[in-house]
Amino acid sequence: MSARAVTDATFETEVINNQKTVLVDFWAEWCGPCRAVSPILDQIASENADKIDIVKLNVDDFPALAAKYQITSIPAMKVFQKGEVVKTVIGAKPKVALVADLAAYLA
Amino acid sequence: MRQIIIIGSGPAGFTAAIYAARANLKPLLIASSVEAGGELMNTTEVENFPGFPDGIQGPELMTKMQEQAERFGTEVVYDDVTALELTGATKTVTLGSGETHEALAVIFATGSAYRKLGLPDEERLSGRGVSWCATCDGFFFKEKTIAVIGGGDSAMEEATFLTRFASKVYVVHRKDTLRASKIMQERAFANPKIEFIWNSAVVGITGAEAVDGLRLRNTVTAEETSLPLGGVFVAIGNDPRTHLVHDQLDLTAEGTIAVAGRSSKTSQTGVFAAGDVIDPTYRQAVTAAASGTVAALDAEHYLASLPADLLADAGETELVTVNN
Repeated sequence: MSARAVTDATFETEVINNQKTVLVDFWAEWCGPCRAVSPILDQIASENADKIDIVKLNVDDFPALAAKYQITSIPAMKVFQKGEVVKTVIGAKPKVALVADLAAYLA
Repeated sequence: MRQIIIIGSGPAGFTAAIYAARANLKPLLIASSVEAGGELMNTTEVENFPGFPDGIQGPELMTKMQEQAERFGTEVVYDDVTALELTGATKTVTLGSGETHEALAVIFATGSAYRKLGLPDEERLSGRGVSWCATCDGFFFKEKTIAVIGGGDSAMEEATFLTRFASKVYVVHRKDTLRASKIMQERAFANPKIEFIWNSAVVGITGAEAVDGLRLRNTVTAEETSLPLGGVFVAIGNDPRTHLVHDQLDLTAEGTIAVAGRSSKTSQTGVFAAGDVIDPTYRQAVTAAASGTVAALDAEHYLASLPADLLADAGETELVTVNN
């Protein structure tokens, strides 16, 4: 299962108003570490589908949202609860490390 | 059990794999989960790798090296080594997945990691305007004034690359001359968006939520100044990645893995090292590739010298031949 892409049009519904915890992966095509971490996020998403939604936001296509969330380094993974950012993880990490960073939201 | 496991997927690791695979050693290469391909994955144009007169993109070069290694039977695993047991005739490699692999020989080619400035606010502001990767993060500094810290080739490359986005790029360097190659220096000097700040050490990174500037100390006059900025790229060098082996292999005074003479032989029999992890001096894609060749040939000779019953456990005894 590959993470769903969100856009300027769907961000409000899919992220801000989502009742579930949502992780937004801010990424770009030209970012090698983003491509490396993407399959790991897909695994985490399918293993924790009942607890967390994982979606992707392309910063090239939607720079306004990237700016709004002050993205200056990608991959940037932001966890949203009730529309608020509750956790930010920056940089590609091995699955074990990423799961540890996100432990509070996967339990 | 395998004959050989290669740890690392930069030019040293993949070149070792090409040689080992062509010698029919059926290498297993542990590539890392998120850093596969190594340092060149975060570079743009590579202009000094022989055979590519028009240059080649770093990631494309690494893809080609991997294809070449796989063509001869290298098996690549995208995982991270979490533990290593290098003493004894059988070496054990434990991966992030919990899987363990055994081999008679190991080539260690883990390269190096970006060096940090070691300033108190560096970690806090990382991803908030402090970056180690211009190609990853430059895009977010459109029309901003930023600084690159460092005086080597990678600092010049980053500064030049960042002028595509930033309105102004300062290069902050501790000395009044650069370590970078002439061609990279001249490119940076000729770029109207780049300005050099010489003889200046970074003593602080400032900013509450995001970077807003640097504190600099003049290395000659000791005068301190503030430089307002929207971002900082750190390119002050790399440190060899030895944390997995520092208690099992001898290191040099520079922190690299010690090898015997011009060989790749480490202090542990059957363990060979190659690339930036043994090289405090040259650290080029080509020298790393050459070093990977040395390690593969040394490992082949070592395996060929082992008793037949040991090799039988690792399979394919008849194929252990020195084939160079």
